[in-house]
Amino acid sequence: MTTSSESLSQPRLRRHVCWLLLLLCLLGLIPIQRSIDLRRGSDRGAADVLFLPSGKFLRQLSLGYEGLLADIYWTRVVQYFGGKRLAHSTEFNLLGPLLQITTDLDPHLLVAYRFGSIFLAEKPPRGAGQPLEALALLHRGIVANPDRWRLWEDVGFIYYWDLKDYPAAARAFQAGSERPGAMVWMRVMAAKVAAQGGQLATSRFLWSEIARQAGNEQIRKNAEDHLMAIEAEEEITKLNELIALYNSRQGRPARSFQALVVAGYLRALPRDPSGVPYILDAGGRVRLNPRSSVELSLLE
Amino acid sequence: MRVATIALHTFKESVREKVLYNLVAFALLLIGAAILFGSISVGVEQIILITLGLTSISVFGLLIAIFIGIDLVSKEIERRTIYNILSKPVSRPEFILGKYLGLLLTLFVNTAIMTAGFYAALFYQKRALLLDDLRFLGAVYFILLELAIVVGIAVVFSCISTPVLSAVYTFCLYVIGNFSADLRAFGQETQSALLGTLCDVLYYLLPNFGDFNVISQVAHAEKIPGYLWLGNSLYALLYIAALLGMAVLIFEEREFR
Amino acid sequence: MLALETIELTKDYRQGFWRNRVKRALDRLNLRVEAGEVFGLLGPNGAGKTTTLKLLFRLILPTSGTARILGKPLEDIAVRSRVAYLPENPSFYEHLTAEEFLNYVASLFGLSATERRRRAGELIDQLGLSASRHVPLRRFSKGMIQRLGIAQALINDPDLVFLDEPMSGLDPLGRREVREVILRLKERQKTVFFSTHILADAETLCGRVAVLHHGRLQGCGELNTILCLGVSTTELVLEGPSAEVLAELMPYSSSLVRTGERVRLEIPEESQVQRTLEVILRSRAKLISVNPVRRSLEDYFLQKVGASESSQEVASVYDPS
Repeated sequence: MTTSSESLSQPRLRRHVCWLLLLLCLLGLIPIQRSIDLRRGSDRGAADVLFLPSGKFLRQLSLGYEGLLADIYWTRVVQYFGGKRLAHSTEFNLLGPLLQITTDLDPHLLVAYRFGSIFLAEKPPRGAGQPLEALALLHRGIVANPDRWRLWEDVGFIYYWDLKDYPAAARAFQAGSERPGAMVWMRVMAAKVAAQGGQLATSRFLWSEIARQAGNEQIRKNAEDHLMAIEAEEEITKLNELIALYNSRQGRPARSFQALVVAGYLRALPRDPSGVPYILDAGGRVRLNPRSSVELSLLE
Repeated sequence: MRVATIALHTFKESVREKVLYNLVAFALLLIGAAILFGSISVGVEQIILITLGLTSISVFGLLIAIFIGIDLVSKEIERRTIYNILSKPVSRPEFILGKYLGLLLTLFVNTAIMTAGFYAALFYQKRALLLDDLRFLGAVYFILLELAIVVGIAVVFSCISTPVLSAVYTFCLYVIGNFSADLRAFGQETQSALLGTLCDVLYYLLPNFGDFNVISQVAHAEKIPGYLWLGNSLYALLYIAALLGMAVLIFEEREFR
Repeated sequence: MLALETIELTKDYRQGFWRNRVKRALDRLNLRVEAGEVFGLLGPNGAGKTTTLKLLFRLILPTSGTARILGKPLEDIAVRSRVAYLPENPSFYEHLTAEEFLNYVASLFGLSATERRRRAGELIDQLGLSASRHVPLRRFSKGMIQRLGIAQALINDPDLVFLDEPMSGLDPLGRREVREVILRLKERQKTVFFSTHILADAETLCGRVAVLHHGRLQGCGELNTILCLGVSTTELVLEGPSAEVLAELMPYSSSLVRTGERVRLEIPEESQVQRTLEVILRSRAKLISVNPVRRSLEDYFLQKVGASESSQEVASVYDPS
């Protein structure tokens, strides 16, 4: 039995102790959670995906809330992809399964097909470097959403850019151009690709069209990056030709662009599409300034 | 110890609840049925049995935790059987603690029964049990930790609300707790700093059940990472302590009109 | 030694959607109960009797004022091992049997297993529950529940017993049993404090009473002193009286009810009763019964407090600053 002095311990004291305990416990949870998060890494939540029998199964389990679940999974895709990009990872092995499940849950979630295919097709470290999986994803999207011409645009794009399969690209652009609401340039693109697939001019046309009527900021920026890379590539080629001409005419190699300006070959010091001046390296070749935001690697 | 007396009594009372038997029986039935499902698709029989079996234990364990938790605390408060207990030399914290421990014991016994049924089904399917099969106990342990937290939540809500609402709130909190990682991801993706902070706070405040689910891992014979044992156990311990503290604080002030 | 002492014990309830209205359920109650007394708390329904008991056991908390049970403050839980409480309309655990329940309650007092068995057995026999000792409580009738409630209250052999409407729901046999329990407790010099709204119960058992109405103490002391109970009217029942006799009795009677052959008269003045009896006997009318009708508690309230009833309604819903 408690003695009377024990049971007379002020209720106030007990309350304060309880509050303190409560606070300490809740605060103590934070470091524990953080350390678990740290160890598990960005694969948390996404890792389960490998073990799910299929997205269709999950769809049945979700009892009518598949739309919500699809949104949740799409958020996980973005989270997963972003985490991998931040870590400069070259492996995106859960991306495919995650996208599969997302689109199984909601076959009409267009953003999953469109962005998902970009994530999949882009070469590492910008993406998973799996253009064939990207195509498969898009084809599933087309089956579920046959009237969406944009998906054909994405298909054509991957054939053109990542696989360099110009006949297939042309066919895709053509098929897309026949869908309701398709823009005119799809047909133009089909023709151009069929005729002059490998040429930079065709690529520039594609990218500038995308940049012009992209509804989304990220897509537009991506297109502009590609455009700048193409322009820079062309300029570098032209500049190299000019320098070769100068060298053969003057009999000695050019040391800097200034010499070319003085000799009248150039009007001003050449700048790349992002406004940063080009560099003439020790071997006499034109290079991009390291500070430039142009990414020539996009063209590979 | 009065706490032990109340705990044992709570356990004995729960044993008399008919619904409990129904739930456990249904769980065992489902585990048995899992053997049938497995025989349909070749090569994955064991995986299906394990996944379905452990999931059944988890789901029915949850139902038991909520149902018993509400029945034995919220209903007692509502039907005023509590007057008799509180007028004895029993302090309110002792009452809450005793109730919680009794519920925990009930949960443990029921989970043990379901786990035994699970292993029986496994034995039936494989014709032998290996030492390696003990790894499923790890998944069950985490399920128990999870449900211990749920019972704590049920007790807290019982001190505030009516039986039905307490059950509803507890269930909702369980569902939210399973998606807390997504909540945080949402907060990180959003542009608003305020929303991001709010999501972070909620992430740490709400129970985080995602880490307790290792069913897929054990089904695919993956090892449960070592840090998870300690991490989850500590997390559960602290969270339960916080919940009981909250329950005591609320219950002390509660008046019985 | 005072068994119970309340000092300015007050309880306000906040009501209304915005919790701005205050209802005073108990207003500055001051009571003193001596050890060994049987004390009654009287009052109509809603007077504050149950509120008082709940306050004593901290089921609700006082707005102001204090109380002491066996000299100890209310926060002292240890003193409860010498005290007992039977709530109004008690409910117990459905699934347990009578014996199991009493065993559980006894274990909360820390009694040993043998002691528990002994006490439970004793009380079950004492309160006539022997036939139902292994019956689950959900099958108990109201009367049986009440008796079990008393059993669980006495399990620890308390020095001070609080009973809230102990006779409620009992048939005459049950009520007599409860009365006997209380008398037995009194013989053993235990203190009993019980609340009721039935005067007759208090009359036979209580030494002193307190009268509550609208949360206020109206009076405290010997029953007859504070209620000034006397005979209010006398009832006479005659059979087959002649018209002349009735005419003679009319001036003295306040009411006359005829049912077939029988006539029931009420004589308000005690002094006139003798006269009327003489009239009846002379006339050879058949006298069936003579009954003094005592004033009920309700009559008391209606008369004493009735005048200020309307102002009470207003006063009970005010906003004290």
